[in-house]
Amino acid sequence: MSVLTPTAARSGVAGHLRQLEDQSVYILREAYRHFDNLCMLWSMGKDSTVLLWLARKAFFGHVPFPLVHVDTSYKIPEMIAYRDRVAREWGLNLLIAQNKDALANGMNHTLGRVVCCTALKTNGLKDFVAERGYTAVILGIRADEEGTRAKERYFSPRDHHGEWDFRDQPPELWGQFKTSFPEGTHIRVHPLLDWREIDVWEYIRAENIPIIDLYFNRGDGTRYRSLGCAPCTFAIRSTAKSLDDIIEELRQTTVAERSGRAQDEGRGMEVLRKDGYM
Amino acid sequence: MVALSDRAMEHLSIVVVGHVDHGKSTLLGRLYADTGSLPDGRIEKVQAICQQQGKEFEFAFLFDTFLEEQEQGITIDTARTFFSWDSREYVIIDAPGHKEFLKNMVSGAARAEAALLVIDAQEGVQEQSRKHAHLLAMLGVRQVAVVVNKMDLVAYRQEIFASIEDEYRAFLTKLGVTPERFIPVSAKLGDNVVSRSARTPWYTGPSVLEALGLFQKEIPQEDQPLRFPVQDVYKFDSRRILAGRIAAGRIRVGDRLVFAPSNKTARVKTIEGFNVDSPLLEGAARQSIGVTLDEQIFVERGEVACQEEFAPQVSTTLRCNVFWLGARPLEIGCRYLVRLATREVACEVVAIHHVIDVSELDVQETRTLLLKNEVGELTIRTKAPVAVDRSSDFEATGRFVLVDQCDVSGGGIVTEVLLDEHASLREEARRRDLSWVAGDVGPEARAAHYGHRAALVLLTGAAPNAQSALARRLEDHLVADGRHTYLLAPENLWRGLDADLLSADDRELVRRFGEVTRLLIDTGMIVVSPTSAFRRFDPDAVRTLLHPATVFMVHMGEPEANPDADVVLEASDDPNAAATNLIEELKRRGLLAYTLGEKRFEYASYTI
Ligand SMILES: Nc1nc2c(ncn2[C@@H]2O[C@H](COP(=O)(O)OP(=O)(O)OP(=O)(O)O)[C@@H](O)[C@H]2O)c(=O)[nH]1
Repeated sequence: MSVLTPTAARSGVAGHLRQLEDQSVYILREAYRHFDNLCMLWSMGKDSTVLLWLARKAFFGHVPFPLVHVDTSYKIPEMIAYRDRVAREWGLNLLIAQNKDALANGMNHTLGRVVCCTALKTNGLKDFVAERGYTAVILGIRADEEGTRAKERYFSPRDHHGEWDFRDQPPELWGQFKTSFPEGTHIRVHPLLDWREIDVWEYIRAENIPIIDLYFNRGDGTRYRSLGCAPCTFAIRSTAKSLDDIIEELRQTTVAERSGRAQDEGRGMEVLRKDGYM
Repeated sequence: MVALSDRAMEHLSIVVVGHVDHGKSTLLGRLYADTGSLPDGRIEKVQAICQQQGKEFEFAFLFDTFLEEQEQGITIDTARTFFSWDSREYVIIDAPGHKEFLKNMVSGAARAEAALLVIDAQEGVQEQSRKHAHLLAMLGVRQVAVVVNKMDLVAYRQEIFASIEDEYRAFLTKLGVTPERFIPVSAKLGDNVVSRSARTPWYTGPSVLEALGLFQKEIPQEDQPLRFPVQDVYKFDSRRILAGRIAAGRIRVGDRLVFAPSNKTARVKTIEGFNVDSPLLEGAARQSIGVTLDEQIFVERGEVACQEEFAPQVSTTLRCNVFWLGARPLEIGCRYLVRLATREVACEVVAIHHVIDVSELDVQETRTLLLKNEVGELTIRTKAPVAVDRSSDFEATGRFVLVDQCDVSGGGIVTEVLLDEHASLREEARRRDLSWVAGDVGPEARAAHYGHRAALVLLTGAAPNAQSALARRLEDHLVADGRHTYLLAPENLWRGLDADLLSADDRELVRRFGEVTRLLIDTGMIVVSPTSAFRRFDPDAVRTLLHPATVFMVHMGEPEANPDADVVLEASDDPNAAATNLIEELKRRGLLAYTLGEKRFEYASYTI
C-alpha cells in the first residue's frame, strides 16, 4: 500500500483552515502567473510539505514548477528516503542544490552554526537561484516561527546579492503584491506566512497529508518538532504518536517551536535572514 | 468532515496603530505578558537585552525584534503576532507609528478586520493619529476602538481623557468612522489592559482585552451579487480551468456567467477540486476555486465573471481617492499601471482635484503633484476599459493599487465610475453581444479550424496610396501563408450601406465601419483596413465595438502622431518588406496562433 495516497478524500476543509488554504492558493497562483522562471523549496518538513500539497490544490493535482531541495548533506537519512519516495509517487520535478565547494572544504557546524548555515543553506540557495536564473522562489516560512519572519511580506524582494532589506519593504495590500523587479534580483514568495504551527498540523490531519514519521514518537519517548540538519536539531520529549496527540500537545505547550533549533540563539536568525536565509 | 469542527474557534485580525511613541508595542507586550501568552523564555530574553543596554524593562522589545528597532526604540515594520483568548484566536498586527514607515502601517492595516488606535494622553491627538485614522477608513477597516495610553503620566485625570475623546471623536466622525469606545490605559503599568484598574474609578467600560472580545467578525460577502475576477486559465490536462478567488457572491454549477468587459457568456459545467471525494457544487466569497465552462469561450485574466442583471460598470474613467506612498511624487499626465482585482492596465492621471489635508480634513487647492504620504482626490483614465464598481458597493472590485515603474506606490478607492466618450458604443456592443444569435460553431472552433484567431489590422498615417499598397501586400502575403484574410476598404461601404448618410456624419461612418468589421471578425477572418479615407477616424470607437477581439494598429510615419500604435513603420518603407516584417511581428505576438492565454505545463523528467 502506498502511504502517499490519501485513503479518505473529502469535500475539503472548512472554517479557518479553509480561509488559510484560500489565501495560500491565491498567492501561489499569483506567483505562477507573474513569474515564468520560478521554483519552490522543499525541505521535507511539515511546512514545506503542506506548501507542496497546497500547490497541488492550486493547480488541480499538478505542480507546475520544479521543487528544490537545498541539501546540506547533514540531513537526517530518513528525510532523504522520504523525499525520493514522495517525488516519485507524485511525479515531481525535483532538483537538488548543494554547495559542493564548501562541503569539499569541510564545512560543518563545528565551524560555527551561523557560518555553516550561511555557507550550506543561504549560499547553497543563492548560488542555485543565480545559476538557474530563477526570478521567484516559493518558501514555506511562517510568521509565528520567530521575530524576523513575523515581519515578512508575502512577496519579498531580494537584492542583487540575495539580501533582504527589511528596512524598506514594499507595501502590500488588497491582494496586490510586488511582482515586478529590476534585473538580477528575485522575489521570495511566502504563501504560508499566516499559518501557525497548530494550523499546519490540523490541516495535515484534515487533508490526510503523508508526513515524515520523525515528527512522531516512535517508542523512545521523543519526537522532532522542527526538522533541520541532524547535528543542529534536537528531538523533544514527547509521547505524541499520532496527529491527534501532536495537536493536543501543541494546545498545551508554552515552549516555542524552534527551541530545538540552535540557529535561533542570540541574534542568529536576524543575521542569517538579512543575508538571505530562508 | 473530521477535525476543525471540534474546535470551531473564531479568528480575528486586529491592527494596532497610532502616532510614533504613543505606546503601541508596549501595549501589545503588556497584553501578551499579562495574559501569559508569551512562550517560555521570551521575557528573560528581553530582560537580558534591556540589561545589556542599561534600560529598564521594555515591553515593546517583545515584538520590535530587529536590533535597529530596539536601539532606536521604534517599530520599523509591522509584526504579526498570534494570541488566543476566550475561544477566539487573534492575529495582532503591530504597526509602526513613524511617518517614514507609513507604507508599512498600510501593509499591516490592510490585513486587519478591526483596529486599536493608540493616543498618548500627554501628547494628545497628533498628525499620525489623524493620518492613520484616515487610512483605516480608506482601507476599509471600520471597527475601531481608541486607547488613550500613558494615563500614568497625567495622573489618571478624567478631564484629560474626556477632552481627547471629544476632539478625536469629532475628527473620526468627519471620516465616517464611529469609534466603538475610548479606553484609558497605562500600558507600562498595566492599567485597564487586561483587567480594570482601581486607578480609574471613573471609567466603567471594558479593558483592552475585553474590548478585543467585543469586536465582531467580518462576514464574507456571500449574499452580494457575484464578482469572480479571473486570475488565470489553466490547461494542465484535458480540463480548461478558469481559476480565481470569488470576491463577492456565490457560484453554482449550472450558473450562467457573463464576463465583463468582454461580454462573453457561458454556463458553469463543473467546479474543480483536488483531494475531494464528491463533486463540488458551489463556491462562495473569499474561496479560491476553479471552474470549467460548457462552451469554449476565450476569456483572460482580468475579466470579472458576474450575473447579467448585476454586472459591474465598464469604463476608462474613474474618480477616486488615492493615498500615495511612492518616493517619487504622483504627477498629472504621468503613466502608471493600475492593478484592480486581477486586471492590470496602464493609466494616466488626468486631474488632481484636490489634496486632503488630514489635520483639518480640509481640501486644498488643485495641484499637479501628490507627494509621498498624501491623500488626494483624482481622476484617472485607463488605456483600455475595465470592469469596476464603486468601492462603497463592492470592496474588491472598487479599489486598486498604482504601480510606478517596479513598485506598488499607492492605493485608491473608486468613488465614481464616469461615463467616457465611448460609453454609448460600449452599451450598444454589450446589448448586441449578450443577445447575439450564434450557430453551433464558436470562435474557438473556427480558430482551431483556420489555425489562427480573428483580428482587425488597421493602418494609419502616411498617404492614401502608401496605406493602400501596404494593405494589398499584407492581404496577399497573409493569404499566401494560409490565413483567411480580407482587405476591407472603408470607401466600399459609402455607396451602399452608408448611402443614406451625409458624408459629414463622421461618427456614424466610423460606427458602421466598426459593426461591419465586427461581423467579418465573427466569421473568423483577419480583416485589413486602411483608414485614410475617413476624415476623422477614431480607432478607440472601433476598438470599443470590437472588444474583446484583437485590433492591431500599424502606423506609418511619425510615432508621435499615433502613440497608441502597436507598430510604427517609416512611410517610405517598401510595402513588400514591410508586409513580411508585419507578419513576423503578428506571429511573435501570438496573434496568428489559435490558442492564447492558457498556461500549459509539461513535466520535466524526474531527476535524481
Ligand atoms: N509612562 C508611560 N510610558 C509608556 C507607556 N506606554 C509606553 N510607554 C513608553 O513610551 C515609549 C514608546 O513606546 P512604544 O511602545 O515603543 O511606542 P510605539 O507606539 O510602539 O512606537 P512606534 O511603533 O515606533 O510608533 C517607550 O519608552 C515606552 O516605555 C505608558 O503607559 N506610560
